[in-house]
This record gives sequence, C-alpha cells and structure tokens, in this order.
Amino acid sequence: MTQTVVSELDYLKMTAWQKFCYKFVSFFKGIPLLFLNFFKVTIPNAAKKVGLGFKNFGLTIYSAARYGDWKTRMSFLVFGFSQFARKQWLRGLLFLAIEVVFILYMSLFGWQYLGMLGTLGTKETYYYENAMGFEVRVAGDNSLLILLYGLLTIIFILAIVYAWYHSIKSAYNTQQYEEARQRLATAKDDVKSFADEQYHKTLLAVPLLGLTVFTILPIIFMIFVAFTNYDKAHYPDEKLFTWIGFDNFSSVLGGGLSNGVSFGLTFGKLLLWTVVWAFFATFTNYILGIIVALLINKKGIRLKKLWRTVLVMTIAVPQFISLLLMSQMLSDTGVINNILQSWHITNKAIPFLSNGKLAKVTVILVNIWVGIPYTMLISTGILMNIPEDLYESARIDGAGPVKAFFKITLPYMLHVTAPYLITQFIGNLNNFNIIYLLTGGNPSLPMGYAPTAGETDLLITWLYKIIFQEQSYGLASVISILMFVLTAVVSLIVYNRSSAVKNEEDFM
Amino acid sequence: MAKKFRSKKAVEHGTNAAIYIILTIISVVWLFPFVYLVLQSLRGESGIVGYFLPHEWTFDNYIKLFTDNSRFHFLKWYGTTLAISVAVTVIQTTIVLITSYALSRLRFKMRKPLMNLMLVLGMFPGFMSMTAVYFILKLIGLTQDMGLVGLILVYVASSCMGYYICKGFFDTIPKSLDEAARIDGANRQTVFFKIILPLAKPIIIYTILTAFMAPWGEFMFASLIMNGNEQYFNVAVGLKEMLTRENIDKYFTQFCAASVVISIPITVLFFCLQRYYVQGVTGGSVKG
Repeated sequence: MTQTVVSELDYLKMTAWQKFCYKFVSFFKGIPLLFLNFFKVTIPNAAKKVGLGFKNFGLTIYSAARYGDWKTRMSFLVFGFSQFARKQWLRGLLFLAIEVVFILYMSLFGWQYLGMLGTLGTKETYYYENAMGFEVRVAGDNSLLILLYGLLTIIFILAIVYAWYHSIKSAYNTQQYEEARQRLATAKDDVKSFADEQYHKTLLAVPLLGLTVFTILPIIFMIFVAFTNYDKAHYPDEKLFTWIGFDNFSSVLGGGLSNGVSFGLTFGKLLLWTVVWAFFATFTNYILGIIVALLINKKGIRLKKLWRTVLVMTIAVPQFISLLLMSQMLSDTGVINNILQSWHITNKAIPFLSNGKLAKVTVILVNIWVGIPYTMLISTGILMNIPEDLYESARIDGAGPVKAFFKITLPYMLHVTAPYLITQFIGNLNNFNIIYLLTGGNPSLPMGYAPTAGETDLLITWLYKIIFQEQSYGLASVISILMFVLTAVVSLIVYNRSSAVKNEEDFM
Repeated sequence: MAKKFRSKKAVEHGTNAAIYIILTIISVVWLFPFVYLVLQSLRGESGIVGYFLPHEWTFDNYIKLFTDNSRFHFLKWYGTTLAISVAVTVIQTTIVLITSYALSRLRFKMRKPLMNLMLVLGMFPGFMSMTAVYFILKLIGLTQDMGLVGLILVYVASSCMGYYICKGFFDTIPKSLDEAARIDGANRQTVFFKIILPLAKPIIIYTILTAFMAPWGEFMFASLIMNGNEQYFNVAVGLKEMLTRENIDKYFTQFCAASVVISIPITVLFFCLQRYYVQGVTGGSVKG
C-alpha cells in the first residue's frame, strides 16, 4: 500500500478497524491505476515477450537452415531424422511419432473441417420423397462439428509447428555439440533428465493434455459461438448456423427491444442482483459464522464437540439433497407453512419462495444455513490464535463483548482470512447450485424482461436456462463472456493485490 | 467484595445460559431438515404431506428401494456412483498432487503464466462448455455404452485446476529438506516421492475426501452424458428423476430413504476425516 494519501506514520497510528477500512477504500481507489498499469505495462510486456519468442523462432530456423549439415536439414522434412542419425533414438522416435500422428490426423480427419470454417457449412439437411413414397433424409453439413473440429485442427497445427521448431532446434543444438566434440546426450541421459531437470514435463504432460482438450478447447469454441447465430432456428444438424459478427453483443449490451423483450435490461437487472447476492451471501456467512464459532468456543460452554458436529452435518450431507429438501419444505404447501398455520402463527401460507422479494431473502437465509458451518470450522482454529491478553486488556479498559468483537476479533479475522473471503465472494458470484436447486430462479420477472429470467436468477442460472430451454447458444456465449470478464478482472486484481497483502507487516 | 464477586459469577452464568439457549435453537434449525428427511423416509403414507410426524411408520421405503426395480434401479445407481467416485478419487488425487509439486517446487519458464491461466480458466461457467465436451467425447467414442468412462474422464480431465490448496500446503514444507536430499544425490523425482509425499498426508487425505464427495452431487454432466440411459445414472440424476412432476407424489418417501442411504456413508467418512478437512481448508486458503 504505497500509493498512500496517508503517511506511513498516520497509518501506523490507526486502529485495526480503521486500517481495514483504509485498505478497503484504497483497494477500490487502486483499481483505475491497475487498469492503467495493465494497458501501459502488462500488455506491452506481454507483447514484447511474444515478439521475442517469434524472433527466437525465426532465428533458430534461419540458422539451422543456413548452417545446418544435411542431417539437420533433413529434420525440416522428417521430424527426428537428425536425432536418429546421431543415435539419439528416443528423441528421434518421439518427434517422428508426433509427425506420423499429425499426418494421419490431417489426412483422415482434419483437412475437411478446416476448409469449411469460413462458412460453417453450405449444404443444409433436406428431405425428399423417393419413388416408393418414403421420406428420405439427406444429411447436410453440421455447423457445430465443423466449428469444433476445425478449432481442434487449428490447435493441432499450432502444436505441430511448435514440435517442428523443437525438433529442428534440438537437431541444430546437437550438431553444434558434435562440432565442439562434446558428448551427446544418449537415450539414457534423456530418460534420466525426464526424472530430474525436465521433471515438470513428465508431471504436467497428462494434466495439461486433459486441460487443453476438455477445458481450453471448449472455452475457445464457446467464444467463437458468440459470433454466430447458433440458436433454436439454426440448430444443427438440421439447420446451419453461420457467422454474424457482433450482433449478439449488441443485443445484450444495446438494450434494444426484440419482441417487446429487452435482453440488455434483463442482463443489467440480474447483474445487479448477482452482485448484491454475492455481497450479502459472503458477509452474512462470514460474520455469523465467526459469531457461532465464538459462542461454541467460549470458556465454560460444554459439549463443544456436539454443537460442532450438528453444524458440520450440512457439509457432510450432499448439497443437492439438502437443497432439494429445503425447496420442498419451504414451498407454499410445504411442511414449514403447514406447521406455522396449524400453530396459528399465520393464517395464510407465507410465500417463502414464490414472492420475489421474500424469495431473495429466503435464498440468503438458506445460504446462511449452508455456509455457516464452513466459516465456523475455519475460524475455530484461527480464533484460538488471538492472544488472550488482548481481550483481557480490553476488558480492563471497560470494553464489552460486542466492542471487543468489532475491535479485536473481526479485524484480526479479516486480516488473516482475506484470501478465503475473496474466493468465497467470487464463488458466490457463480453460485449455481443453491439458486438452481432451491428456487430454479423463480418467481418470474414482470413483462418486458426476458421470459426465461426469474427474480432470484443469478446470471449463471439464467445462462443455464437460456441454453437448455431456449437453445440460444449465441446469446448465452456473449453473456458468459461478459461474466467471465467480470469475474476474471475482479479476481486477477484481487489475487495480484493479495500477494502484496501477504508481504505486508503482520497484524499488530 | 464477596458480593461483587458473586454477582460477576451470576452474570457469567446468565451469559452461559443465554449461549446454551442460542446454541440449542441453532441446533434445532440445523437439524430440522435432516430429522424431517429421516421421518419422511419412515412414512407409510405416500405423497407429500404437510405434517411432520408420520401417521404410519414403516421400513418399506428402504426395502422397496433395494428390491423393487420396476421403475428405478437405485442399487445400480449406487454402484455406478461408487465406481465413478473411486475412479475419480484415484486419478484426481494423482493429478492434483503432481501438478502441485511441479508448480510448487520445480522452476520452469511457463510456471507463472500457467498458474494464472488455470486460475482464470476456472472462472468460465463450466456448463457453457458442455456441448463442446459432449461432442469431443463422441469423437473419441466415449458416449452411450462407454459413457461411464467418458464421465470419469470429464470429471478428472481438468482437475489440475484444483492445484491451489495443495500447492499452498507444499509451499509450507521447508525447501531446505529438498536441498539436503539433492546434495545427497536425489533427483527431483526421488524428492517428490521420498520427501514431499510422506510429509503431505493431511493434504492427500483432504484431496481424497473432496474428490470422493464431489461425484455424489454432480448432475449436470452426468445427465448430459447419460442422457436417458437410466441404467447408468448416478445417484444425483436418479434422485432428481424421482422428484419430477409425474413421479414426486409416488416416490417422495423413497427419495427421502435414498437420500438417507446416500448420506450415511459420506457423513461417516467425513466425520472420521474432518480433522484433515479443516487442516486442508485452513492451510490452503488462509494465511496463517
């Protein structure tokens, strides 16, 4: 925290609570600066690095072509040729295998999709009646598969260029070693190095392969879908979809009406509720969880283990069970309303989940039920670390338990558990389960909003409905990109700042 | 003086009594759904009813759950989910451990960018990629009859993104241990297996526990990949099926029984390993 308006001395003079507030404010003040840094420093640096990478790439290829002997030059065509010729059969085999796989993939599968990426298919599926009077289906192009497999092929090509570069680099380096009459790495050396200097490659190969195929490729796919008209009317494999540029973005961000429904307005409303929800869900859980932990840990309270066990039940029982059950219990005809009525506390059913405003409160309350045990477990250990004499001296100074909580406990906890709080907040922005299982996003919003969206819908549950009820993949992709940018920006800022927090002086 | 002392003690008693009352209320609120669940599972009358205590007590719901396969194959779902859970646990724990070791102890050029990348990727709504994932699985031939393998693959494929907590733990193991071993001639692989892993017991158990618990509640990918193939449902998809509009009246009590059967082993496991769970969460996500 060096971009201070307050001097270091003033900062040290503050109470812990003031320090926290100060940090809180300076955090938000720092955000514009961070953006500025991002554009002024991070992007140019990254660009520089990429440029350097290309330069190295070109240089290596050039010098290998210019000064390489015939073995090295053959490697341009046959991966691993030079390695074989220099008796490094393990490396040679690896490179050759990559090339063979690539050629097989491209010739059998990849090339046909690559060419169609520009149009995403031209032949539509059609039906005709044959001479016998039966309807015959002639399958056309499948835009979805063209896009997906086309992207897969592009990733494959990039990977192969990288492998090609490495094959040549390794060949050229070995040639130079040979010319300098140094000992060349044998297959045995290679195996050894994969358990030592290059151990990270051994370890990360499989995890990163899985990540690329099942996370990165699908995400790239969805980003591209945002620029297409993939929806119910253009649903593959019956119909084709195609590129439409930024139309989806303008219908989400523009706020214009289509069929009397404003997507932009709905997006804004749900975004607001999402942020409000995340804030309340995080902080109610946090503060109440700490209070419960304090109550249980208070000296003289017995059966500590029992109280804790009762609470921890909510973590142990699978969430989908308890939430589905809760939604049954809280419905208008559910057991809670029935009990309240039979005890004559109310005469009409309380619309816990069917009234928009009350449903929002209910969702937050149920979330407290779900979340308190986590905070309680985590804070129990930390609370014991707070020096007892702090409380002692507070008591002597005449501070009651409430004051002690806000002046000692809370600041200490906030200081220590900041990373946890941050991850909780980000997790709550995308808290799918609780809304989906409890209310399903209902009750519905008034006219003028998108009919898929409900009062309690978070952006993420709305997204789910757009996909599975409406099949408007194009629009959904735009919304998910926007959400992604939102959460990614918030969390990257926060994480990069929390490393600064980490290096800060300790509490007190 | 003596009087003042007594009054202080009285205040203390008063607060404690208040705390006991609060804790009791909390316990009632927290246990209410579970008690309700158990009671409903023992109810003889079918349908959803508004009252709390069953009029007719019975074990039929449990017995039917395991014997009556005319509509639902609960036993099979249970077996499927268990199999998925075990497979996911083994593979995911391995992946998380090796990724965390690489990111915590090994130094290579792409380390920082990789960590940032994985952090950011985790923020993309998972189900947005479901369509793409489905067609990738189809391409490899892991849908339909091979759906179980496909499902496991989907669950574990991106588990390296969960390195965060485990890496945090590895970071706390002193580097001097590695260095001493390396001076003695151990390579990085030996350091991992002989030094780090034996010291990482709490975090290994934590990883196992979370990996094992997750598949029991997952239904998004499970329902997509096992689409309509009721034999291969996992319990979450199956139980949700019991609560659809046409089934709920007849099967609500069985749903409750099934929930109890599912919850008991997980709860027991969780309580046995609770200590490690707390260590894992606090160790990884809290700066202490």
